[in-house]
Amino acid sequence: MISIENICKNFGQLAALDQISLELTTGKSYALIGPNGSGKTTLIKSILGLVIPTSGAILFDNKSIFNNWRYREKIGYMPQIGRYPDNIRIGQLIDMMKNIRKDTPKVDEDLIDAFKLYKMYDKPLHTLSGGTRQKVSASLAFLFHAPVLILDEPTAGLDPVSAEILKEKIHHEKRMGKLVIITSHILSDLDELTSELVYMFEGKIQYNNTIDALKDETNETKLNKAIATLIRQKELLASVIE
Amino acid sequence: MTRVIKYVFYDILRTRFILFYTLFLLVCTFMLFQVDSDFGKVVLSLMNIVLMAVPLISVVFTTIHFFNSYEFIELMLAQPINRRSIFLSEYLAVASSLCLAFCIGVGLPFVIYGAWQPIASLLLTGVFLTLVFVSLAFFASVLTRDKAKAIGIALLFWFYFSLIYDGILLWVVYSFNDYPLEKLTLALIAFNPVDLARIIMLLQLDISALMGYTGAFYKNFFGSSMGILFSGVLLTTWALWPMGIAMRIFNKKDL
Repeated sequence: MISIENICKNFGQLAALDQISLELTTGKSYALIGPNGSGKTTLIKSILGLVIPTSGAILFDNKSIFNNWRYREKIGYMPQIGRYPDNIRIGQLIDMMKNIRKDTPKVDEDLIDAFKLYKMYDKPLHTLSGGTRQKVSASLAFLFHAPVLILDEPTAGLDPVSAEILKEKIHHEKRMGKLVIITSHILSDLDELTSELVYMFEGKIQYNNTIDALKDETNETKLNKAIATLIRQKELLASVIE
Repeated sequence: MTRVIKYVFYDILRTRFILFYTLFLLVCTFMLFQVDSDFGKVVLSLMNIVLMAVPLISVVFTTIHFFNSYEFIELMLAQPINRRSIFLSEYLAVASSLCLAFCIGVGLPFVIYGAWQPIASLLLTGVFLTLVFVSLAFFASVLTRDKAKAIGIALLFWFYFSLIYDGILLWVVYSFNDYPLEKLTLALIAFNPVDLARIIMLLQLDISALMGYTGAFYKNFFGSSMGILFSGVLLTTWALWPMGIAMRIFNKKDL
């Protein structure tokens, strides 16, 4: 569904993405992990067209996304830090998004109901706590039945109950055969929610396979242990080469 | 696109800045009408306000608005909307609300006092100046991510076209006054939208004779309908090119 071909992105001297190639297919769920500053968010923003890669191509349904915007109808995006106009209220924001994406006739308000956001429709967005903001972002990402869901640290800052609601929703959407991409540092969540693993480090993809394959390779049963072993192996390999 | 424009308008109206701007212009114009009964003099005093204040307010308001709506732009860019229509919506909403404020603020007193004759050229130059400086401010805004820097660049544009350029022009005319300079100054004026606006206004007011020989030359050139058309085209170019470049940069900008 989404194929990323050799994209590079430089911010001045820094290479945020370095020759990334990745194939993302419908029906699978991907965990995108890596240390802070490894280029996860830049990769996601490139797929959304918010960041324009220095070189390489990104194809969505076999069509290049450059100078194309219609493909974003098929993406529900939950940003890492939801930044919204300050003086607008939650209700107005949701109405605005519905109005702007009028072409989608049916909307999915499950999360708005589950998070009880309608009780806070009169609250201006600048008064919201980080967690409530996350709830708003999540509700907006799922609002339009998008076949591709890109969630940048979805459960960060959510209370346990809300995090469970959100995870349940992600599970539900996954079962409906959607393509889900999640970045997170909470590996136990990813263990439950995703089946594929993309590990990024310093702008490069270091590992790209199913989570089960990684567990087999490292002889671990939990994702966090498996990742730790993977990183240790990589470091060992790097030091041997040096 | 109209949906996006609607929300930008909504946002602009909520800050009430445009309302204060309209009130400021209304008060200024009414006061000038109170002080002087000669419409020509009123227009002349008003012209000086228009030439200084309109560009200044346009650049400051536009840059502040652009950076305040950064979140909104980010949000819109993740939606299935063309980047170009987001940019154009921002431009059209800002420019039209500033133009509307100007037309009401300056035009209304003229209508009330029944001074129909000079109103058209005054409003036209004011609207043109607003469009030009909104374009320049958008250009400054997309150049950098830093709000303070962008406002600095935008103010520099204002400073340059309102003060520095005239200084340079004066210096050229003074240093080379042994040579026939009419054609050269005419060409140099084309590079400054504020000068273009000023000259159109002065010629409309029929006081160009006060500007001596060059004034007569300009009258000869600008006073004709060809001259008006020429300066109109130039001012349009001045409104379009910074906007065009700004849009190109915005299309490739990382957010």
